[in-house]
Amino acid sequence: MSSLAAMVRFENVGMRYGRGPEVLRDISLSLEPGSFHFLTGPSGAGKTTLLRLIYMAQRPSRGLISLFGKDLSGLARRELTPLRRRIGIVFQDFRLIPHLSAFDNVALPLRVAGTPESKLRGNVRELLEWVGLADKLDARPPTLSGGEQQRIAIARAVVGRPSLLIADEPTGNVDDAMAVRLLHLFEQMNKLGTTLVIATHNAGLAAQSGRPVLHLENGELMRAPIPAARVAAS
Amino acid sequence: MKGPSPAIPFDRGGAARFMPWLVALMVFLAALSLAAVMTLQHALEGWDASLAGSLTVELPPVTIAPPPPANAGKIKVQQAGQNNNDLAAALALLRATPGINSAQPLGRDDVARLIAPFLGNALSPEDLELPRLIDVRIDSKSPPDLAVLQLKLIAIAPGAVIDDHLLWLDRLFLFARSVQLTALVILALIGIVAVLTVMFVTRTGLLVHREAIELLHLMGARDGYIAHQFEREALRLGLAGGAAGLLLAGLALLALGHAAEASAFLGDAVNLIPALHLKGWNWLALAALPLAAGLVAGLTARLTVLATLLRLP
Repeated sequence: MSSLAAMVRFENVGMRYGRGPEVLRDISLSLEPGSFHFLTGPSGAGKTTLLRLIYMAQRPSRGLISLFGKDLSGLARRELTPLRRRIGIVFQDFRLIPHLSAFDNVALPLRVAGTPESKLRGNVRELLEWVGLADKLDARPPTLSGGEQQRIAIARAVVGRPSLLIADEPTGNVDDAMAVRLLHLFEQMNKLGTTLVIATHNAGLAAQSGRPVLHLENGELMRAPIPAARVAAS
Repeated sequence: MKGPSPAIPFDRGGAARFMPWLVALMVFLAALSLAAVMTLQHALEGWDASLAGSLTVELPPVTIAPPPPANAGKIKVQQAGQNNNDLAAALALLRATPGINSAQPLGRDDVARLIAPFLGNALSPEDLELPRLIDVRIDSKSPPDLAVLQLKLIAIAPGAVIDDHLLWLDRLFLFARSVQLTALVILALIGIVAVLTVMFVTRTGLLVHREAIELLHLMGARDGYIAHQFEREALRLGLAGGAAGLLLAGLALLALGHAAEASAFLGDAVNLIPALHLKGWNWLALAALPLAAGLVAGLTARLTVLATLLRLP
C-alpha cells in the first residue's frame, strides 16, 4: 500500500487547545514523496495548526501522524530530532533571530546539524545570492524590509536541502515578481525531490501553479479538485 | 578567529543582567565564611598542639606575710608552702613518674611575664601570693594516671592542683567548633541560594527566549545544543561575578588581617580577633570559589534547560 511509504500521513487527526473546541477535526491525508500541495482556506480555518502538526511543533489531541513512513506516536523524543532536520520550515512571521546577520540566520540549520564552517559558507552565500541578498550578508533582520526578511526565511528553510518543505504564507510580503520567482524556486526544489506543502490564502497563486490543493474550512479538510493539467503529473 | 554568535540573544534577557552581581555577593560571603572556617581550623590545631601533651602543676604559694588569724584554711595552705622543700619533692615525684617526659618549675621571671598583660609591670610576683607552677610535658601516647598523681602530689604538698587544661580547652574547642559549623552551614546555604538563583535566572531566560528556543528545537537542535548555550552563558556570568566577589573578599580579608594585628595588643594569647593565618592551599581554596561558582551556575543552567525542554514535543 502506497500510504505506508507516504511522506506525511494523517489518520483521523483532531486538535484542540486546552479545553477549547477542536480547531481541526478528523483530518486524514496522505502526501506522497515528491508531491507539491497547496494548503488553502480562510483565516482561522486551521492552516497554521495543521502545518505545526506536520513539523512536530505540537502533538495531536487524537489520531495518528506518520512522517517519512514512521508513526510519530511510537517514537521516543530524541528520535524526532533527525526527522526534524529533514524538514525545512518557512514561518508566517519569519522567526528570524534579530541579533544574527542574514548570513548567520541562514547558516543556523547547518550549524545546528553540526556542519563544519568551511562547508557551509559557500552554500549560504550562494543561496543568499540566489534570493537577491548577496549585498546584505551582514545585515541584521530589523534593518531589512519585510520582503527581504521573508527571502532570508526561505533561504534558511531550504539551505539544508530538506526532504519536506513546509511554508506558511511564503509569498505574503513580496511583490508579484518576487512571488513568481520564489514559486519557481519551490518548483525547482520539487523537481529535485523535495516534498512541499505551502499554505496560502492566495487562491490565485495556487491556481497559477496548477498543483493540487488541500482546502480547510472550519477545521475540516476538503480535497479541492486537482487541476486537470496536472492530473497526469501527480 | 571569532566563532559564530550564539543563536540566543542573552544580552537582551532581563534577569541575566543581575546574575553577576548576585554571584559576586554570594562568592564574597562564601569566601569570608570559608576563610573563617580555615582560620579557626588553624587556631584549633595550634591550641591542640601547644596544650595537648602538657599540664601544669600548681603548688600553694609560699607565705610572704603573717596569716590573718581568722582564716584557718588559708593558714593551712600557707603552712604547707612555707618553703620550697615541697616543690623539690613534687619535681622529684613528677620526674620519676612513668609517662612524664619533663617537669620544669616556672621561675619568678616566667610568672612575672605571665601576669604582666593583666596587671602590668608595677607589681612583681614577690608582692603577690602566687601559686608556684611546674610545667609538665607528658607522653601523650602513654600518659600517667592523673588521679593517682594528684593524690601523691597532695601528700607532698597539700592543696596542690593538676591543671591539664582540658576543661578550658574543651570549652574553647566547643565554641570554635560551633563557630566553624555555623560558617559551614552558611557556606552550604550560600550554595543552595546560588543554585536557586541560577535556576530562576535560567527559567526567566527560557521564557524570554522561548521563540528562539522553539526555533532551534524545530530545526532539529538537540536538547544538549540548546542547553550548552545557556550553560556557556551561565558559566561566563558565574565566573565574572565570582571573580568580582573574590576581589572584594580579598580586600575584606586584608582589612580583617590588619584589624587582627591591631587587636593583638595583649600578645598572641589574648588576640581579640584570631590572626588570619591562611596557608597556601587555603588561598587556593578561596581562589577556586569563582571557578566553583561558574561551574555550579553552568551545571544548574544546563540541568534546568534540559528539564524544561522535555516539555517540548
